[in-house]
Amino acid sequence: MADPMRIRIAEKDGLVNVRILMSHEMETGQRKDSSGALVPAHFIRNVVATYQGRTVLSAQWGTAVAKNPFLEFSFKGGKKGEKVIVTWEDNKGDKRTDEATIS
Amino acid sequence: MKRPSASLVAALLALAAAVASAGAQAQSDTIDEIQKYRQQLQDGNPAELWEARGEALWKQKRGPKNASLEACDLGKGPGVVKGAYAEMPRWFADADRVMDLETRLVHCMITLQGFTFAEATRRPYGAGSNRSDFESLAAWITSESKGVTMNVALGHAKEREAYQLGEKMFYFRGGSHDFACATCHGEDGKRIRLQDLPNLTRKAGAQLAYTTWPAYRVSQGELRTFQWRLYDCFRQQRFPELKFTSEASVALTTFLAHNANGAAFNAPAIKR
Repeated sequence: MADPMRIRIAEKDGLVNVRILMSHEMETGQRKDSSGALVPAHFIRNVVATYQGRTVLSAQWGTAVAKNPFLEFSFKGGKKGEKVIVTWEDNKGDKRTDEATIS
Repeated sequence: MKRPSASLVAALLALAAAVASAGAQAQSDTIDEIQKYRQQLQDGNPAELWEARGEALWKQKRGPKNASLEACDLGKGPGVVKGAYAEMPRWFADADRVMDLETRLVHCMITLQGFTFAEATRRPYGAGSNRSDFESLAAWITSESKGVTMNVALGHAKEREAYQLGEKMFYFRGGSHDFACATCHGEDGKRIRLQDLPNLTRKAGAQLAYTTWPAYRVSQGELRTFQWRLYDCFRQQRFPELKFTSEASVALTTFLAHNANGAAFNAPAIKR
């Protein structure tokens, strides 16, 4: 259903830099459509990134995050060639999981 | 009336000069800061999401003929995408007309995939979850020309004809506001509210503007193509609706693309 994320991961001096682009409407629930009806809220609620089964990032999001969000974070101790798995889940229960290899 | 002393006049002049330069300083600071903000955005440009969708769409078998667009000739041979956009619009022998990217894609969707013109052009511009195939395809195809030098050669008579028609349209005043494209884009330093308008009659302005479309528009949350830019300019100047893939649209694109020759193509970009 949801489009894949774009994930780029680079390791430098033991620090792994992760950059993620997610495709999501991120509706706040405050906007009205052309007929005046409220557009229901639709946003990413949880984001989790794991490395070798361990959580390296866990975030709880709300409606203040922009459409098509970009997320960047770093963690220590990742190795080149290993994978980072990212999952988001929105308030309608829609989920998306993608992975990328550390380069 | 007592004449103001020379020293008072000098002081006032100095003050006026100080105020003026502070104003200019503040403005250039604002422009610098906006530039920095854009650079930061560039790193996480959501246009990449459209690029990924476009690449998948290019390879996906669709339409009554169940064919992909991979055999589509964008001017450098069937299926050659790399650098193709930097030489468009161009004249195509098989259709005997000058085509820009979107027009060529429509042609391929009809000839290769078997869509009708109405089906193919059902949604030229996307809105939210109603995505436009053209915006995705254009994002990917133009990204394959990133860094390539713009070279719209005008080697064919029909290409020169389109260029001349486009030039005429650029300077043609009309509509309820008696506007031409040149009204806003013919002088340096013009702006609409806070948006700087490129002077398209100068090489540098034309190059900067043309090489940064398509772009992800942060204010719309959408990726927009060059045809959309022209379409919306026509709306803003209260011209008749610019029809998607029309001769007028392609001619104006040819004029502006040729004027951008020599610059490195640098899109999909990100804009406010």
